[in-house]
Formats: sequence, C-alpha cells, structure tokens
Amino acid sequence: MEPITTHTGVGVPLKQSNVDTDQIIPAVYLKRITKTGFEDALFSSWRKNPDFVLNQPVYKHGSVLVAGSDFGTGSSREHAVWALKDYGFRVVISSRFADIFYGNSAKQGLLAAKVAQPDIELIWKELESNPGTEITVDLVARTVHCGSVDTSFEIDNYTRWRLLEGLDDISLTLREESSVEAFEATRQGFKPKTLPAKV
Amino acid sequence: MADKPLTLPEKVWRDHVVVPGQESEGQRSPDLLYIDLHLVHEVTSPQAFEGLRLAGRPVRRPDLTIATEDHNTPTLEIDKPIADPISRKQVDTLRANAKEFGVRIHSLGDADQGIVHVVGPQLGLTQPGMTVVCGDSHTSTHGAFGALAMGIGTSEVEHVLATQTLPLKPFKTMAITVNGSLRPGVSSKDIILAVIAEIGTGGGQGYVLEYRGSAIEELSMDARMTICNMSIEAGARAGMIAPDKTTFEFIKGRPHAPQGEDWDAAVEYWESLRTDEGAQFDAEVILDADTLDPFVTWGTNPGQGVSLNGAVPTPTDFTDDVARESAERALTYMDLQPGTRMKDIRVDTVFLGSCTNSRMEDLRAAAEILQGQQKDPDIRMIVVPGSAKVRLQAEAEGLDKVFKEFGAEWRFAGCSMCLGMNPDQLAEGERCASTSNRNFEGRQGKGGRTHLVSPVVAAATAIRGTLSAPVDLLVSA
Repeated sequence: MEPITTHTGVGVPLKQSNVDTDQIIPAVYLKRITKTGFEDALFSSWRKNPDFVLNQPVYKHGSVLVAGSDFGTGSSREHAVWALKDYGFRVVISSRFADIFYGNSAKQGLLAAKVAQPDIELIWKELESNPGTEITVDLVARTVHCGSVDTSFEIDNYTRWRLLEGLDDISLTLREESSVEAFEATRQGFKPKTLPAKV
Repeated sequence: MADKPLTLPEKVWRDHVVVPGQESEGQRSPDLLYIDLHLVHEVTSPQAFEGLRLAGRPVRRPDLTIATEDHNTPTLEIDKPIADPISRKQVDTLRANAKEFGVRIHSLGDADQGIVHVVGPQLGLTQPGMTVVCGDSHTSTHGAFGALAMGIGTSEVEHVLATQTLPLKPFKTMAITVNGSLRPGVSSKDIILAVIAEIGTGGGQGYVLEYRGSAIEELSMDARMTICNMSIEAGARAGMIAPDKTTFEFIKGRPHAPQGEDWDAAVEYWESLRTDEGAQFDAEVILDADTLDPFVTWGTNPGQGVSLNGAVPTPTDFTDDVARESAERALTYMDLQPGTRMKDIRVDTVFLGSCTNSRMEDLRAAAEILQGQQKDPDIRMIVVPGSAKVRLQAEAEGLDKVFKEFGAEWRFAGCSMCLGMNPDQLAEGERCASTSNRNFEGRQGKGGRTHLVSPVVAAATAIRGTLSAPVDLLVSA
C-alpha cells in the first residue's frame, strides 16, 4: 500500500448525502474475480446521466471527492473502495462516513477525511466557481486547502499512522513475523497438515 | 493461585494467541490468532489470491491450506465443461491459483471433491482444539469437533493466506444446554431450528456458542455438525461442542488423523478441552430434548420456525413491531395463511443436501424411510451428497438404488440447491422442503419458497406430498 503524506489533485464536488455503496458500485459487479479494474463500475448508474459530475471533462481526472454527509452507507462490499481507487481517487472528503466504509478505506489506503459540513459547502462553492481547482490534503498537518478555503480535517491517530506508513492489515501483521515464527515453533506436532496429501 | 476456570471456546482461543491485543484509551485492539486450517473454495478466494499476486506475497503455509470446488459446480454431467461462463471462470480461476501458489485442490471429478465443510472432517483435517477458517459463513460446522471455526471475508482470506494469522476481537460465550434425550423421528436439525426460533437470528451476535447437555453428548458427529453448522443462523461467530469419545472415534483412522504416539498425545490434549467446573458463560439457554417435536420453518428467516405439529402463526400475535412486520412480509412471500396447520402445507420439491444435512447419516436416515415407499407423484426430489466420497459410500451401501427406485434424482456432490449458484434452482413460486440452512427470500431461486426441515421430515414429506413427520406414515399405513 502506497503511503500518503500530502496529496494534491482536482477536487470533484458530489453534492449528495447518503451516497451508499450500491450507488458507488452496483451488485452486478461483485461477480468479478479481480480486485482491480473497477474504474468503469464506479457510480455506474449515475454515470449514464450526461450531467453527472464525472462526465464533465474538467472533473474526469479528479482525485479528491468532496461529498455530502454519511458517505459509504449500506453493504459492506470492499469493492466500493476498490472502485474509487481504481478510478483515481486518493481522498474522499465528507462530514461523516459509514463505519464499515471508513474501516475498509483505511485498509486499502484511501484517505477518508472528515471535514465539517459548513466547510464542505465552502469547498463546493469554490469548486463550482472555479471548476478544476486543485485541493491539497496534508495528512501530516491534517489540513485541507482549496483556493481561498483553508480548513482542517479529523482522522483518528491509528488510521493516520497507518496511512502515513502505508501499512495495510497484512503489512501490520508481517511486522509480527518473529512472534509468528516463535508461535509456530511451539505448535503441537500432532496437528494435521494438508501436505503431503493423504487420501 | 489456581488458574481461572475457562470455557471451551476460551481455552482454544488462549492456545492460539500469537500477539495479545493492547489496551489503549479504554479500548482493546484485536488479538492476533494463529490459524491451524484454512479451507478455500472458488467464490470468495479469487480476489484474495490476486491481492497476494499484486503484493508479491506467497501463501505462507500451503501445508495448512486446502481448496475444493463446491458452490458453482453442477450436479449433473460433471464430465462436461461448466455451462455458465461466470461459474466456469470462478472454478478455472481457483484451479489456476491453487497451481500457482502450491495449494492442494480437490477438483470436480476427484473423490475428495465436495462441500468444503464435508471434505475437511472427512479427510480427518478437522480436529479438536484447532482454529479453522474459510471464506464461508457455515465454517461453524467444524466446531462440532471442539474446534474454533469461523467464516471470514475475502480480505481476511488474503490475510490468512499471507500470514496464517488473523486479528480477532474477543467474544462472549453462551451455553446452549440441551437436557434429556431426543425421541425417535426427532433429530439434531430439530434442536438447532428450535434454538434459533428461541433466541432469534440475532440472538447469538458477538457470542461463541457451546452446545452441551445429555442430548448433545448422545449425538453422532454427523448430527453434531448439523447443529454447529447453523450457529451462524443465530448470528453467532461460532458454535462448539466439547470433544469426547464419539469425536475421537470419528477421527481415528482418517487419512490425516494423528498416528501412533502422536495419537496418544493428541487425545491427551483433546481431553483437556472441556469447559472447567465453575467457568462462567456470559449467557445460557436451556432446552428440553424429551419434549422436542420435529421443527420446521414457516417464514423467510431460520428463526421463523415452529413445531411440525403446530400451525402458521398469526402476525398480530407478535407483540414486537419488528417481528410482526417481518412475519407479515414472510407470510405474503411464502403465500401462507395464519392458522394453517404445518402438516397441511403441500410442497413441490424436496431437497436433501447442503453442508447442513448431506453426510452419510443424513442419507441413511432418509433412505430408511423411503425404502419400499411410493413417492407422491407430484413431488420432485433431489438428493445431493455432500462430497464425492459420500456419494461413493452411499452407492456402496445401495442407498442410491433406494433413492432412484423411490423416484428421486441421485446427483453429484456440491452446494447445489442450497443457494442455487449452479443450475439447481427453484422456479418462481415453487415450494420446497429443504434440509439446507437458509430460507431467505429467493435463496434457492428467484421467488422460490423454502421450508427448512430435517432429513427424515424431508423423506416423509416426499412420500405424502405435504410437510410430514415419519410418524405420520404409520398413521396412514
């Protein structure tokens, strides 16, 4: 997982609250066998509408999504984070995230930054008056800069540390390698092994 | 100082902690647990293997990992390519991943292919005191051996493949004590359906259940697996039964059972895996097996069950708003009228199979009832053994002939109509007496209606055409 310290990219205003994971990625895409390549699946129903924000050329290469409150509600599918990342988003800004989505984001290296709703409204205004404005999110200083708007965001210490270090769950566990090896050395000898196969 | 008395689940947990969780700001981070056995199938593993590939990681312990094909596999013409392209792709992907990462696989056509939860115990790989995981919620089945066995998600599958460990939050313990003895015609399926009706589909949330008491001790391993299998339907993280002589006899001589001195050492350890005198459970439920009837569901979740001698409930009898609304919705979907006697409900299809009830004892119990009987002419009955080996054993005992002479379809092994990921599905409006584990809307096919039943109730129903117990056959004879 790639570490994040600061990220600068085009801000995309998604002026909607309660964006659920069925909207982020519909269930029909869950039958795939890959973990990447979901960029076409992101918001696929909404993208059929030519007026949808991502269909406007200026936002096509956006990487900071600025959404309404309660982002990521509904099904626990990890595909929602995969789709956002595959499309090119590194940061989602919202005043409130659904628990499971927030947890899934941290595990996959997507920064979910909690910004107060009045500041989100200011960022939306800025983006709409100057489409294509870049947003800088500084994870070290916990700040967001967008044109004339400067504000801070909330993130818990543990998640921030993991993102700064670029540590996914597996990397974290791999840090305990010596403990795992020590445990394996004491495992009971009678415990079964699948290999070599006996039938 | 004497050690604090522990429950069985706590003992197994204790023996697998690699790194204990840390206390910070009043919250405890998860313990890192070692995983003894990882079962893999084609539906929840493709992205996990891809994750490893993208990160350049190997499978840490291929020798503690085993794969089989079950969810998507056809139960007819298994020598032909799988017709559905998505199913075929998932199966092909598993085969390629197993080869690339050095994981043992039992593919369609192999004698040890079958439902993952039937294959593990059959090979003797599931043993007491182990931690067992699989990307499938019915992994709780393996708890019948006194193993701590849990279903996990795809990210966790990848985590276990890469590290052979899993960070897990602590759980609470619930004792399910079943006193007395089951009467003839009443089985372990009826116990678990009654338990879920009692505590509800969320009643076990956050708990590991330990089933105990005389009625549990009297059960065979096959019957114990049926009970632990459905722990997840009560919302529990796992269900366990303390290992005893029945458990040891089941394991002894199986391909991966310990041998010689290892066997003695194993049994000595296994015998220590009992809840200590004085250990405290966080909750307890007590059931009386002596008075238990065959149980059957009327609704669309496994908690909506009733005695087979009872009737479809009246929604307004439920005092809880949520339960009442859920019952109303269920009766509409199931097309049932309040007050209808369960035994007056006519079904179209009988499904004998699934990880809940597809082992030898299930097939034998059903065949014993069907022997020499006539199938109701309008019923279709499908019998799907849990594994290729169960199928072979059943054929060696002549059970296939009993099923075929009765007029049932004798199929190849897999998950089949339990969830209809393969072509075995109910049609819109079709009503099924099913020995599986979930009666959710559309589970067995869009618009299909499921009544969960035991194997002997399934058999009696196939004879009479209406939901029936074996005892009803005597009355009508």
